[in-house]
Amino acid sequence: MITSFALAIAITSIATFLSRILGVLSSEKISEESKIFRWFNCLAYSTLAALISRIVVFPTGALSETDYMARFITIITCILIFYLSRKNPVYPTVFSAILLYILKGYFI
Amino acid sequence: MINSKYFLKGIKSVKGIDSPAFGLSASLIAIGALYKNLGFSIEQSFFSTFFTYALPGQLVMAESILVGASLINIFIAVWLVNVRLYPMTVSLMPLLMHKNQPKWKYYLSCHFVAVSAWVIAKKNYQNIEKENRIDFWIGIGFATWAIAIISTLIGYLAADYLNNNMMIGLAIVNPIYFMCMMIGAMKTLEITSSIILGAILGPAFYIFSPEWSILFGGFAAGTIAYFLGAKNDN
Repeated sequence: MITSFALAIAITSIATFLSRILGVLSSEKISEESKIFRWFNCLAYSTLAALISRIVVFPTGALSETDYMARFITIITCILIFYLSRKNPVYPTVFSAILLYILKGYFI
Repeated sequence: MINSKYFLKGIKSVKGIDSPAFGLSASLIAIGALYKNLGFSIEQSFFSTFFTYALPGQLVMAESILVGASLINIFIAVWLVNVRLYPMTVSLMPLLMHKNQPKWKYYLSCHFVAVSAWVIAKKNYQNIEKENRIDFWIGIGFATWAIAIISTLIGYLAADYLNNNMMIGLAIVNPIYFMCMMIGAMKTLEITSSIILGAILGPAFYIFSPEWSILFGGFAAGTIAYFLGAKNDN
């Protein structure tokens, strides 16, 4: 099992570095003023949003043990706090952990 | 070599009340604790974050091991979940490249491309003259990478003291932080539509193909958003 863990870490690192190194190779010929740069900028934001949304809607790991409603309440509350705190991300982030802890432990 | 003035400036930009380092740290504490519970040694946990430094991929690896997936399955699953790093790198590196800087800096420092460092760099790069941006970026990347490694070790060592509800609390911190950062970045039609469409299409594609959902959802959303932005410019 120790070897399997080490191999899994190696495989994970290679799979991750591949996207990064290909990104640098592609960047060599792309100007920041070009249309393709703008398109990649859109792709970067959209894939990030897709990932974050997927983590919350179809979670894996510890989050998968929470109810959909608990996550939904946490997200809506945190967005409201984000706007009420003049877009300071720290307050909703701290509050999200506390709120989900309470919802999971005592209500939902 | 690396200009220490800009390197330190990069490190300092990770500080502050609204730094992504907070969400990053909380999430990697959870990963460290998860590794301990899965039976990883402390060295393996350290090297996982040291070499991978991409939270969703590390989580996918841990879960794949849990269900006994093959190495090739782990490779494909991790590549698909971390494929976002490709457009993230392409949308960052042209902003940092300068003819007076050696190429090795770009090839080595691309290891630091992760959401936290990327968000800080995108927010601050305009304040640094182009020739020195790569050293500034290396400072940001090194600081967030170090935070990630230390947090993994803290999580590993604290695993016995973290109950399940605490792990859940730590796990929600990262997506909420980045959701707020994404909302905060919605300043143009192009970016706003990229984020909203990505948030809708990511889970929508998951229903049809869980593994390919981020790649397909992100690609479709980003491309539609690009054309919406281009149309708006005309």
